[in-house]
Amino acid sequence: MEPILSFRTLQKEAKKIDSNTKEIRVAVLGNHTTTFFSKALKNQLTVAGFDAQIYESDYDQIDITIIDAASGLYDFDPEVVVIFESALKLKDKFYAVDDNQHRAQFYTEVSDAVRNRISLIRANNSQAKIIYFTYELLDDHVYGNLFSKIPHSFYKQVWKINTDILNLSEVEQDFYVFDINKYLQGISDYRDWPAFINSDLHYSIDTFAVLTYHITQFIKALKGSFKKCLILDLDNTTWGGIIGDDGIENIQIGALGIGKAFSKLQKWAKELKERGIILAICSKNTEEVAKEPFEKHSEMVLRLKDISVFVANWKNKADNIRYIQEVLNIGFDAMVFIDDNPAERDIVRQSLPEVTVPELPEDPALYLPYLTSLNLFDTASYSDNDKDRTAQYQQEAERKKLISSVTNMDDYLKSLKMEGVIESFKEKDVPRIAQLTQRSNQFNLRTQRYTENDIKEFMTSEAHLTYAVKLKDKFGDYGLISVIILEKKADNSIFVDTWIMSCRVLKRGVEYYAINTIASDAAGMDAEIIVGEYLETPKNKLVADLLEKLSFGTTKTDHIYQLNISNFKPFKHYIS
Amino acid sequence: MNDVHNELTSLFREVLENDDIVLTNETTANDIDEWDSINHIYLVVEIEKHFGIKFTSAQILEWKNVGEMLEAIKEKKQ
Repeated sequence: MEPILSFRTLQKEAKKIDSNTKEIRVAVLGNHTTTFFSKALKNQLTVAGFDAQIYESDYDQIDITIIDAASGLYDFDPEVVVIFESALKLKDKFYAVDDNQHRAQFYTEVSDAVRNRISLIRANNSQAKIIYFTYELLDDHVYGNLFSKIPHSFYKQVWKINTDILNLSEVEQDFYVFDINKYLQGISDYRDWPAFINSDLHYSIDTFAVLTYHITQFIKALKGSFKKCLILDLDNTTWGGIIGDDGIENIQIGALGIGKAFSKLQKWAKELKERGIILAICSKNTEEVAKEPFEKHSEMVLRLKDISVFVANWKNKADNIRYIQEVLNIGFDAMVFIDDNPAERDIVRQSLPEVTVPELPEDPALYLPYLTSLNLFDTASYSDNDKDRTAQYQQEAERKKLISSVTNMDDYLKSLKMEGVIESFKEKDVPRIAQLTQRSNQFNLRTQRYTENDIKEFMTSEAHLTYAVKLKDKFGDYGLISVIILEKKADNSIFVDTWIMSCRVLKRGVEYYAINTIASDAAGMDAEIIVGEYLETPKNKLVADLLEKLSFGTTKTDHIYQLNISNFKPFKHYIS
Repeated sequence: MNDVHNELTSLFREVLENDDIVLTNETTANDIDEWDSINHIYLVVEIEKHFGIKFTSAQILEWKNVGEMLEAIKEKKQ
């Protein structure tokens, strides 16, 4: 799906969609006319598959709305609060300050106000994620190019305010900065001055369509839907020319021909890989020929060690992408496929509509600028573990080879020499734990999403038991791969609030290893039963029978199961 | 002239999301429920885009009815 960047087209497309089920509640607070922004946001969210409710504060009433605990904002109970202030209004406020000494300190006033807004929202018991716009870098051209030396120049103040807001986001939980400037750059006529003068419209209506496209990408990521894998075609996508015809000396990378365009694309892919995006190759080629540049070409940026799954054969690309999906065990909607050939793109789009297939421009010089403009890999979380993912998937490929050489599952599990640790949540693991709750879709019993703050609350809560499981085997370390949160109820029962496991460790017996510990802890606390619930989503069929496998019995209520602790018999597993 | 009139009518219908809109020279914002001040901005933007023209701020305020809008479009198009 190409991004819709025209307000009117967006309105038309959104009208065609009538039954989305994923709910999202977004509040929009602004100091200017946000009607079009809110409409465009609702439409973008609709096109992205959300059933969106939007709350819009009264015109220029941000602070009153936030301060008043009884305001419609808190009644609405938003998941996301977008605060969007216009630099044109900021300028009026700045000009109202009459001496230069105070003007030089204007930025502290603004950033204090931002801090204040965050704490008021929290004080009024909203845990909403806050998306805060930077201010447009609007130069009033009063001090010209001397602005940086003049502390009381408006333009310098805007830079300082933005810097303060950026710094604030490093320390404030659930506070995210949306930089308007990087998006305005790409829009010609981003402001319609007559509409501004006549109707207080601070940006042209199509600008709102662009901004809300990018906000929607971020909201999708916040809600756990984001891209995890980049699949690259080779000939004329990863390098210029055709390796099978032109040979390794003549393909264009680096200095040769327009090789620079391809090198830049490779460099970007490599940076994404370092961030944790999995790279895969899907090419119509003979495997040895296709691999040769990765091994021998001195100017290739990508090397075989960067690629998690390398598929080069003469089969249909849709089938090959299905294979890549099986190896990686991620959703098709988490994959992006890049190919210069329109026919290949079309086959993949038709057979696998969930895979994102950008309409690559014809000129390779435009590949990278076009792809970055789509903001495909927006993310709402990052942890240091992410960058090790490639090695983990390569290890997975080796394990798959081993599994085909042993015929008995027990022998195979024994041969892995697995070592596990199960313990309550530790401070240093909080980001990873929150991330698992955010991104796991398949092995996820109830799909409860938690922030780092939420996780810290569970750690100190008397009413909760927390378990984090780490696993390694002879091929490598998986790190923290499973999270379980239990809630102690007043009636001596324990409720399974969350049970998540990374799909990389499916069928290793981790769940049996965990339930043995949980049952013995529960017995030690004199709890009588453990109650579990399966909340079905389109993606978590995998755990539909998890509770029954763990010897929970069904109850009168659908999807509710219970385990009598006194009857529990520990499971056999191979994790020491 | 008829063409411009027809094109304007279909723009009004699409932007205001009301397929029953019929425009005459005498039609004003009071005659069409959806034609409020916010949608007026939207209409102006889409008219400018559709006909490839740009109105001045003063012009936008001056229009009293559809007839005057049509005049302004016709004049700018020349």
